[in-house]
Amino acid sequence: MVIGVKFMADPKIDKTAPLTHAIKVAPARRSRTIWSASAVWGLILFFSVLMLVIFGPFLTPHSPIDFIGAPFEPPSSYALLGTDTVGRDVLSRVLSGGSVILGLSAIASMLGVALGGLLGIFAGYARGLVDDGIMRLLDVLLAFPQTILVLLFVSVLGSNFWLIALLVAAIHMPQVARVIRASALRVAREDFVVFAHGIGTSPIRIIVQEILPNVASPLLVEFGLRFTYSIALIAGLSFLGLAQEPPAANWGLMVNENRIGLMQNPWPVLAPIILIALLTVGLNLLTDAYARHAGKVNAGRSSAVDLDEDDL
Amino acid sequence: MLKFTSAISPLMTLICRRIAFGALTLLILSMLVFFATEILPGDAARVVLGRAANETALQALREQLHLDEPVAARYWHWLVNICTGDFGTSLVNGRPIAELVASRLMNSAVLLVLTTGLTIPLAVGLGVFAALRRGRRSDSFLSVAALVVASLPEFVIGIGLIIVFATVVVQWLPPVSMVPPGTSVFARPLVLVLPTLTLGLVSFPYIFRMIRATMIDVLESDYMEMATLKGLPRWRMTFVHALPNAVAPAIQVVALMLAYLAGGTVMIEYVFGYAGLGQGLMNAIQSRDMPVIQVIVLLLAAFYVLVNLAADIVTILVTPKLRTGTW
Repeated sequence: MVIGVKFMADPKIDKTAPLTHAIKVAPARRSRTIWSASAVWGLILFFSVLMLVIFGPFLTPHSPIDFIGAPFEPPSSYALLGTDTVGRDVLSRVLSGGSVILGLSAIASMLGVALGGLLGIFAGYARGLVDDGIMRLLDVLLAFPQTILVLLFVSVLGSNFWLIALLVAAIHMPQVARVIRASALRVAREDFVVFAHGIGTSPIRIIVQEILPNVASPLLVEFGLRFTYSIALIAGLSFLGLAQEPPAANWGLMVNENRIGLMQNPWPVLAPIILIALLTVGLNLLTDAYARHAGKVNAGRSSAVDLDEDDL
Repeated sequence: MLKFTSAISPLMTLICRRIAFGALTLLILSMLVFFATEILPGDAARVVLGRAANETALQALREQLHLDEPVAARYWHWLVNICTGDFGTSLVNGRPIAELVASRLMNSAVLLVLTTGLTIPLAVGLGVFAALRRGRRSDSFLSVAALVVASLPEFVIGIGLIIVFATVVVQWLPPVSMVPPGTSVFARPLVLVLPTLTLGLVSFPYIFRMIRATMIDVLESDYMEMATLKGLPRWRMTFVHALPNAVAPAIQVVALMLAYLAGGTVMIEYVFGYAGLGQGLMNAIQSRDMPVIQVIVLLLAAFYVLVNLAADIVTILVTPKLRTGTW
């Protein structure tokens, strides 16, 4: 290879080769398997808290709303995590206090992702005026300060399960729609969609059979992100006392009720915040790992930032 | 899209259109806030006078509050009053709302300025650092830390800090940030530490990740390769060539963070009992003090809309390709 040798021999070019290499940072590290360390951790954290929420209510040593001792008793063999602000068993309340937060968040995120995804796919597929109309309308929704409005409506209309689910879903909808529209736009330009269109396949069939499977993975990523965000938001509403009324066992409410007794018995505050933290961190790690694996998100940008920047 | 005559530059058209959109948003928001508080179950007159009030007194107060007028007329009066700076009086203690809100506004502003001033330089610095050391251990650590902090709800961070620094572990800082009315927060600077730290932690991950991602994009760009080929020193490349190009997206994130803090302060001020606008809103919600709820929500919402508006305009001004494109 005469040319090759000449090429290599040229000192100028030889010099630049390692230099360009140095500035061009190594290509995005994309894990070959989804089971990276953070994914495994995420899965373990999320599923252990999930199991606790599902089976916890059947394992309570005492009733979560009965008084079993003096307020803020430290842990004992009778009450393993001590008692709370009015003398109820902390362990029993912790075991049964996650279901509303988790269930509500799951429903709100599913609703938000379903509605947003539908609008996004439709806008991306239809393009033109329909697309413009839908996206402008969603822009108006996005321009509202969402958390403040949720707070306003929940405080005014009362803490109703479906009201909260609908409001949180309404927050998610425009952002999910934006992300999914971008994916759907790309897919809709692919040859197989153009072809399907050409042979006269009905638009609904195209959307369901061609576009939907191809945006499944961004939809799943969106669901993970929305779910994490819903849990944080709904736990926050619970903490403010806007999701469930007092005697109910609810992690957010527990934190607020018992923080005056932190010095006597920290467990009624510590246990719920640890569980909420494990839940959201686990879910976010899992989502992030999946997003990287799916390769839909540039490994350099963390998925949560990319997609979450609108949520603030 | 509307086509404007070329008499005004496309840039001005873009900005005017953005301002019009902001104004429209504010108007819709004011309607939303007013009508949301209108459908509040219960009679405002009864809230003020209590359950035992007699019918004539209730009727008189309803007239005084214009509760007997049609909703549209009341909305109009309310909007005109708010726009002329007349915020009305609190239903609970009868004091003018402007007076109630002014000191709280100051306290919230102090918290916001402090947090922004401390978080942005730190997050930008660490973001650039992580981008330069991409894939190394320090970068992975920072990125995972940012991911973890970003997943935590605000009150979990706040209560966590109280547990660690103010109660269970060590007691270096006050667990509640009470500011007696009439005194300045600066009289007790210690009360600011934990709320600022919480707000900083809440907003840090967003700025950090945005700067890191943008810097990585910039570092991989052709002109950076060109700069390398020209043999420019690394610091010059980073700070003179790369960083300014990462600023435009960063403006958006900073605005987003400020806008987010408008909502986030509600939670954090409530956690620490800090006498800001957010805590004022929670108090008003608990006592169903509608006029106060309306004013505070409107103030926070206006702040949110204005910050987003400002960010978009700055972005339009600093991004060359937006100057000719359609919005």
